[in-house]
Amino acid sequence: MKTNSSTLPSTTMTRAKIFPHLIFAVWVAWLTVMPLMADNYYIRLATFVCMYGSLALSWNFIGGYAGYPSFSTAAFMGLGSYAGAILQKAGMPMILAWVCATIFVSLFAALVGAAILRMKGHYFAIGSISMVEVLRLIASLWSDLTGGGDGLNVPIFQGGPDYAARVFFYSMLVVMLLAWLTTLFVDRSKLGFGLRCINQNEDAADMVGVSVNRYKTIAYTLSAVYCGSVGAIYASWVSYIAPTDSFGILLTLKVPVMTMLGGVGTVYGPLIGSALFVLMEETIWAQFLDYHQAILGVVIVLLIFFLPGGLLKLDYKKLFKRKTTSHTQARRA
Amino acid sequence: MTLLAQIIANGLMLGALYACIAVGFSLVWGVLNVINMLHGSFIVLGGYLTFFAWFHFKISPFVSLPIVCGLLFVMGYFIQYLAINRVITRPVLTTLTLTFGLDMILYNFMNLGFEATPRRVSLDLGSLTLGGVILPVDRLLAMLLAFGLTGLLYYVMRSSRIGRAIVAVRMDRDAAALMGIRVGHIYAMTFGLAALMAGACGTLMSVVFPITTNITGLLLGKAFVICVIGGLGTVPGALVGGLALGLTESIVGNFMGAQYAILFGFLIMLALLITRPTGLIGKKGYE
Repeated sequence: MKTNSSTLPSTTMTRAKIFPHLIFAVWVAWLTVMPLMADNYYIRLATFVCMYGSLALSWNFIGGYAGYPSFSTAAFMGLGSYAGAILQKAGMPMILAWVCATIFVSLFAALVGAAILRMKGHYFAIGSISMVEVLRLIASLWSDLTGGGDGLNVPIFQGGPDYAARVFFYSMLVVMLLAWLTTLFVDRSKLGFGLRCINQNEDAADMVGVSVNRYKTIAYTLSAVYCGSVGAIYASWVSYIAPTDSFGILLTLKVPVMTMLGGVGTVYGPLIGSALFVLMEETIWAQFLDYHQAILGVVIVLLIFFLPGGLLKLDYKKLFKRKTTSHTQARRA
Repeated sequence: MTLLAQIIANGLMLGALYACIAVGFSLVWGVLNVINMLHGSFIVLGGYLTFFAWFHFKISPFVSLPIVCGLLFVMGYFIQYLAINRVITRPVLTTLTLTFGLDMILYNFMNLGFEATPRRVSLDLGSLTLGGVILPVDRLLAMLLAFGLTGLLYYVMRSSRIGRAIVAVRMDRDAAALMGIRVGHIYAMTFGLAALMAGACGTLMSVVFPITTNITGLLLGKAFVICVIGGLGTVPGALVGGLALGLTESIVGNFMGAQYAILFGFLIMLALLITRPTGLIGKKGYE
């Protein structure tokens, strides 16, 4: 079964629909003023929140709206960080390098997408995971350009750690807001409608005149654009990248998990999921270094069993009601 | 000429192990429609169990093979029965993520329990020389056992009651249920068999290669490539895919280096996925 709630994009804004935007506005405002009083540790954490927020929003285009199990997030992000780092190393100004990296990754995704979107389901999943692996191998083999397994040093940002932390944080925040705006636009446009149709039944969508291939390629490209920017910013931020860190299978699966935690195919699900995930990771799992992966695994298993639609798709009233009825039944028996 | 013969011999010995890696993965994908991210960890677990049986209790790998197989079978059966069966009808995103989550748990505990040091069972059986081609005996034995086990699985799938039931479930789950087949049990048996083959493969690999937890992803990648080359859900397909990949890697690895061999495998796979998504000799239904 595919997800089938929120099938039609609404055109009217009711009061209930403004509420989530208000919460988001408060959250963004808080993030914006936070660096004025917080120290670098919290700014670093907030940078991660924005980074994963952008990645999750990006994945949501192809994985959420179109329902294609894409696992190429790490491929796009890694490619973005390598493109940004190489350009910056060649002497290009930082922001221009970020923009060029974004364009490069988008073009790459459009070309690759046109080819691998011919596959469906399991084959698409395998194909998109393998792309991460192929790019990692290329990055470690092409040592003239990428530095091979030794990695690549990016020129360090001038102006001291405090200033740098704030610059990179605001850059990530801007990317997250852009990804959010794009999501909002897609959610309400014909494109979003078409993607939801593809999600429910691709053949039927094709029959009624949705240009399936074009829509899928657009969604796949959109899922790469902000990953490219995030990657380039990340490379400048940490100032050292290596093939195994940049193209990690863990990252490529973590991002869909974050989106699933919040709610797949919604505007705010990816943001809630990623923020919650990053904060949980920092506060709970980081305390148990030896069991970090196992705890993450348990969280994934619990999420899939008990929260299949994510936090946003939970019907809290119904959940409460069902619990009480089962309770009375148990008492009767 | 001798070099070429040596490369082909190495490729065949590698290919037999690869076929053994992929056959369980292909079974799970073909019958359960699940991409089993646990597969690499199952193989490594099999290898570690063999190593520790040999290291601490001096049990020969060829003796511990059935024990490892049995343990992995029970483990696989219960993982499928208790966990994956609950989400078996959901889309690939869900099942893949679930097996990945389970893999992280298993991987974490293997890392803690066994540490990531590479370990190998060294049997020192010497080597045969056939017309200038060197054939280490341990590799030869591993190859023969890998072929034997793959053949055995083929026989089980074709001729046993359980094998026919698995094929029936693969063809039509609902009709099979109406014929009185316990689908949940058959799913669990299938996953158990796949885990058993992975464990056996781990035992064989521990004799030939050093085993460490870091290679789980590499092994999983091999399973992907072989399944796509050979086509999904057939034992002969996994055999052909495994041998093809073994030979390719042996040739490319010899002339260009090991890293290029892996890259080459993935590129063949991507090209095949785009042009022939059913594989070279793929067909519907598990036989």
